[in-house]
Amino acid sequence: MTSIKKITGIALSVLLYSTRLMAQTDSTDLLSLLEKEVAGDEKSQTSYTTATFKTTRLINGHTVENAAAGVLDVKISHRFGKLNGGGYELFGLDNASMRFGFDYGVTRYLMVGIGRSTFEKTYDAYFKLKLLRQSTGKRRMPFTLSYVPTIALKTLKWEDPNRKNYYTSRLYFTHQLIIGRKFSEGTSIQLMPTYIHRNLVKYASESNELMAIGIGGRQKITKRISINAEYYYQVPNYRLTGTTNSLSLGFDIETGGHVFQLHFTNSRGMNERTFISETTGLWEKGDIYFGFNISRVFTVGRRKK
Amino acid sequence: MKQVILFAALFIMLLNQAVAQKYYTKNGSISFFSKTSLENIKADNNQVLSVLNAQSGEIQFSVLIKSFHFEKALMEEHFNENYLESEKFPKATFKGSITDMGRVNFSTDGMYTVPVSGDLNMHGVTKKITTTATITLKAGKVSATAKFLVKLADYNISIPGIVKDNIAESVEITVLSNFDQKM
Repeated sequence: MTSIKKITGIALSVLLYSTRLMAQTDSTDLLSLLEKEVAGDEKSQTSYTTATFKTTRLINGHTVENAAAGVLDVKISHRFGKLNGGGYELFGLDNASMRFGFDYGVTRYLMVGIGRSTFEKTYDAYFKLKLLRQSTGKRRMPFTLSYVPTIALKTLKWEDPNRKNYYTSRLYFTHQLIIGRKFSEGTSIQLMPTYIHRNLVKYASESNELMAIGIGGRQKITKRISINAEYYYQVPNYRLTGTTNSLSLGFDIETGGHVFQLHFTNSRGMNERTFISETTGLWEKGDIYFGFNISRVFTVGRRKK
Repeated sequence: MKQVILFAALFIMLLNQAVAQKYYTKNGSISFFSKTSLENIKADNNQVLSVLNAQSGEIQFSVLIKSFHFEKALMEEHFNENYLESEKFPKATFKGSITDMGRVNFSTDGMYTVPVSGDLNMHGVTKKITTTATITLKAGKVSATAKFLVKLADYNISIPGIVKDNIAESVEITVLSNFDQKM
């Protein structure tokens, strides 16, 4: 009996002591304890990297970015004539080709888009699927991986309407993987291996299959302005003779709902097939086109919580 | 013997109640609202850490900037990237006190309007904030709410000219904490 009493007494005093201890931790300690606990929770959760690039295009080509779910991104792009056109052509400003297009985010992973370029009266349609997302925390992924297949349809009048012409001979298919990583708040780099299939080629000696690998990146210089570069290297034997590799340099300027992209490029076209495989300009000769893209986003669908 | 143990247990329970003077939650909410003639902007955060010391009147909040969610994805991106710079300044804190805490009786239901003042730290700047809060006690549950204005310029949050008409100079912050834990 007495021993039980003793035990109860000891238990009581231990409890008393511990409650007093608890009471002594002040609010600051409790808050930092809570913060630590939450930081621990963070580690057990996955945190996805956002805003690797300002918009869905780097210069001519795609970035790893998608339009957010329910967001419509209207794009208007211009490429003026060659700078080496001289004063007569006002350094290219007399000639402009344009593309307008719409990108729409269906889900967080899927974006669909269509566009029309004045250059060779081309329509293009594509989707962009995010296969992997760069993340830290529980699930760690060093890069984002996107897949962008594009189909393009040239609608210029047939060169020879008298011969048998097939609609399919105006189709072009592009498959592109984009591997992108945001290295820091200001620096992002991506690689873009690309495969292009052309249904009809000009000469029997030409290949229907073309291959290229692109590299591109951005470096922010202020919170809202970045310098961008994009280069596509065409694989020997899988390229068209007389073409050059596409090199573009430019700026992103973000102003709230708009992103303005100003750039210089040796490519005239604005869809994958044209700028990757049909660029003929040479920077050193001054075959440089000044151009811009304007992107304006509209939230059309409701954002899923 | 059983009686002794029962008595001891009862005593401990009572004792615990008496020293339960700290209330806290991990699911407090803070929302902010910017109103202009062009656009209303609202963001919510439901993962606010908050501690209230019932005896001293100390009240503290800590919140992760990236847990604020907006209706428009681009707003959220700009909020983190350009305005609050969540990479550089990941959290905001408030450390303050309720001056006349003695007035609040934690043992019965009631509602009290109390003055609160303290330091609000966000975007790397600390500024003093004074407001009134409402503390509600109902069925042993403690909750606190407060509303106050924060001038963005005070916290070095600059709004570029082009969106000046879309974002208010001062945004209204609403805080609500249902203290679901105590110790």
